[in-house]
Amino acid sequence: MEKPALIEMKGITKRFERVQANDHINLRIYPGEIHALLGENGSGKSTLMNILLGIYKPNSGEILYKGEKISAMTPKIAADMGIGMVHQHFTLIPTLSVAENIFLSMNNTGFFLNKKMIEDQIKDYSCKFALPVDPGAKVWQLSVGEQQRVEIIKLLCRNSEILVLDEPTAVLTPQEAAELFKTLRKMSDQGKSIIFISHKMNEVMEHADRITVLKNGKIEDEMMAADATIARLTKAVVGERDLEGITRKPQKNGDQPLLEINRLRVMNDKGLIALHDISLQLHAGEIFAIAGVAGSGQRELAEALAGLRKVISGNLVMDGANISKTSVKARISMGISFIPEDRLKMGLIPEMNMNQNAVLKEFKKPVYSTAGILRNKSIQALANRYVEEYDIKHGGFHLPVGLMSGGNQQKLLIAREIADNPKLIIASYPVRGLDIGATEAIHRILLEQRDQGACVLLISEELDEIFAMSDRMAVLCDGRLMGIRHTAETDYDEIGRLMSGTSV
Amino acid sequence: MEKKQTVPLYKKILNPIICVLLGLAFSAIFIIISGFDPLTVFAKMISYSFLNSMGLYGSINGALPLMFCGLSVALAFRMKLNNIGAEGQFAIGAVLGGWFALYGPSLPAPFGLIVMFLLCALGGGLWAAIAAALKAYWKINETIVTLMFNYIALLFLDYLCYGPWMAPKQTTAITPLIPDSMYLPGLGGTSSALILAVVIALLLQFYLQRTTGGYQISVIRDSSQSATYAGISVKRFIFIVFILSGALAGLAGFVKVTGILHRVQAQLPGGAGYTGIVVAYLSQFNPLVVILVAILFGGLQNSCAAVQIMGVPSQIATMIQGTIMIFVIAGEFLNHYKISFYREDGMEVPEQ
Repeated sequence: MEKPALIEMKGITKRFERVQANDHINLRIYPGEIHALLGENGSGKSTLMNILLGIYKPNSGEILYKGEKISAMTPKIAADMGIGMVHQHFTLIPTLSVAENIFLSMNNTGFFLNKKMIEDQIKDYSCKFALPVDPGAKVWQLSVGEQQRVEIIKLLCRNSEILVLDEPTAVLTPQEAAELFKTLRKMSDQGKSIIFISHKMNEVMEHADRITVLKNGKIEDEMMAADATIARLTKAVVGERDLEGITRKPQKNGDQPLLEINRLRVMNDKGLIALHDISLQLHAGEIFAIAGVAGSGQRELAEALAGLRKVISGNLVMDGANISKTSVKARISMGISFIPEDRLKMGLIPEMNMNQNAVLKEFKKPVYSTAGILRNKSIQALANRYVEEYDIKHGGFHLPVGLMSGGNQQKLLIAREIADNPKLIIASYPVRGLDIGATEAIHRILLEQRDQGACVLLISEELDEIFAMSDRMAVLCDGRLMGIRHTAETDYDEIGRLMSGTSV
Repeated sequence: MEKKQTVPLYKKILNPIICVLLGLAFSAIFIIISGFDPLTVFAKMISYSFLNSMGLYGSINGALPLMFCGLSVALAFRMKLNNIGAEGQFAIGAVLGGWFALYGPSLPAPFGLIVMFLLCALGGGLWAAIAAALKAYWKINETIVTLMFNYIALLFLDYLCYGPWMAPKQTTAITPLIPDSMYLPGLGGTSSALILAVVIALLLQFYLQRTTGGYQISVIRDSSQSATYAGISVKRFIFIVFILSGALAGLAGFVKVTGILHRVQAQLPGGAGYTGIVVAYLSQFNPLVVILVAILFGGLQNSCAAVQIMGVPSQIATMIQGTIMIFVIAGEFLNHYKISFYREDGMEVPEQ
């Protein structure tokens, strides 16, 4: 293919303090192609795209647009050249309508708001690229998939020629993802270039034209999608690391349920009902997964079980005792442990060091404090034990844990949460943002806990993870329980349909 | 502008010192404008406040209430509670303790002082507990509440000193002297309250550094969500910290009444509660550093008299305090952020 490249990034290098995020990266984007950037978290994909968008300045390297050198890329120049990005976290204003949001992002609007014109334009793009959305609807009423479509239309209305999508399928059901890729294909047929960031090999192989694999800030491999095989991609993404794979032992059947959730109703932060009378029974020795697209009530469920959110009606019965109204402290001592979804907001304290984080739930035990005075030696011993047992890599016990990598932070958090042999482990997105090595380690730990007789409630958006890990699963959609299935007796298609709210 | 992740210790120490010097340099401009030589003025201020025993004692006496107010604010800020109310807690502590000293039963020497010590702490603590309750149960902003409560407390104090408590045959709003048995013993030219302040600072330092209470306060400061997650009661600690903080400010009243004035008077705190905020900030909320910084500020206030003798308006000394405060707060910001420069072609300028 000797077409001239639309955009060429040459020798891009970017350092953050000690981390080499991008190391002499060369990337060419041709008109009308769908280009996938594949790599583990922290491999430098997002940094590279932020440089393309002019958000970060590279330490060295240059960007060529249609063969011409851009001296200093800024977000404004990027937008003028028609480069636009759909970020993982959307940048929409919830209280405004779709049309108003799009209007906000447009450049050459006159003084007056021409509602009719914008709505026509939106409808036009909706039809052309199969992006159904109601221009008059308020953004807060839209589903995540619809919001993503609004973001895409926003870029189209700005005449973007190069669209960058950061992990676009993370928030979608399998069916919605398929629709998205149809739309992207239509856009590329019209000559637009698409770059999408992903860490899912299947979707990259299926939907991209070309694939670039990043690892540790360098280009590890690049290929036409036709030449890609899972083996080649795995080798490029993971390297020569030994992956043992997950082995599952047969489940020991607990007959009495460990935790009964009876007609549980919980509110979300806005005071709206987040869970509509959910009933579940969790058994010891099983991994029970909760599937569903983001924001279906998973967070509220986890927090209600951990005692962080008020039970409005219904009850929670553990080992025969009603625990609906007990405090967080009481539930911790009952053996409920919780791995929250955003580990740096809740769970770990990024400003504090390893020792202080390690002892967070146990500092009152006589081993770690006598008469209110902390026993630093035994706390240090505790931290040492976690580091050794779980192979946590760190720059020093007295550095803030916020400086450690995500995988090591998560290992520390999980080490602490399972230290006391909990009966119930609530694991919310336990491997989100982790590389394949750390993911494996954490999955193995959770399986060990299950084999030892703990119940693991695994909340995840990744169906691959759910099918590999769980014994049973429940599907949530919009705060309602869509169904409960044995993992062995269901498939992706059925679960995908339940996730989108279609009753089977 | 990028956020820095760690701040090395030497920078933490060096930064405020440089900022103080910059603040002095900036005030020099105004001293020159008002027609004086800044170096002579600074020299005079320093020699008056610190380089002779009488001046030094004066500076320490001025610093004593600042120490307690500084400790009070530092403790609250350790949990990110904006206790702006040291001034009012000071006043209420002095009112409760003063009532006992003036009208209470007379007890043999040490006991009277001990009861008054406890009553001053209780007064300040209870006054602060109101703000704590409003914050813990209704999430009402503590900054505004404590500030407003300062006015109430000060006006109440003024009412007492102009009214029922006013000494007979006086034209100023002061009460009669408290009984001799209630005087804190002297220490050279200053008061033994200095020892009390140092001991309390040490205890506070120990509490914050080495105990489970101090640990929980740090957890709540850094992430109240994680604290709740770990089963720590944030509400309980809002009360504990506010009451302890208020008690410390109330002790400023104890020290001022028993150690310095030996009576209660209108406008007793005299802004020490507010200066305490600056002292706490400058000390980066470290209790032991609070003691030293308070002495510096006591000297600065003391030196007002010195510059007045030279004919420089006393406002200059007040202005220097304000200038230093602004520079330190600005410096604190730069401690956590760095400004990055980019060349014309968009490459980052490498650090030299």
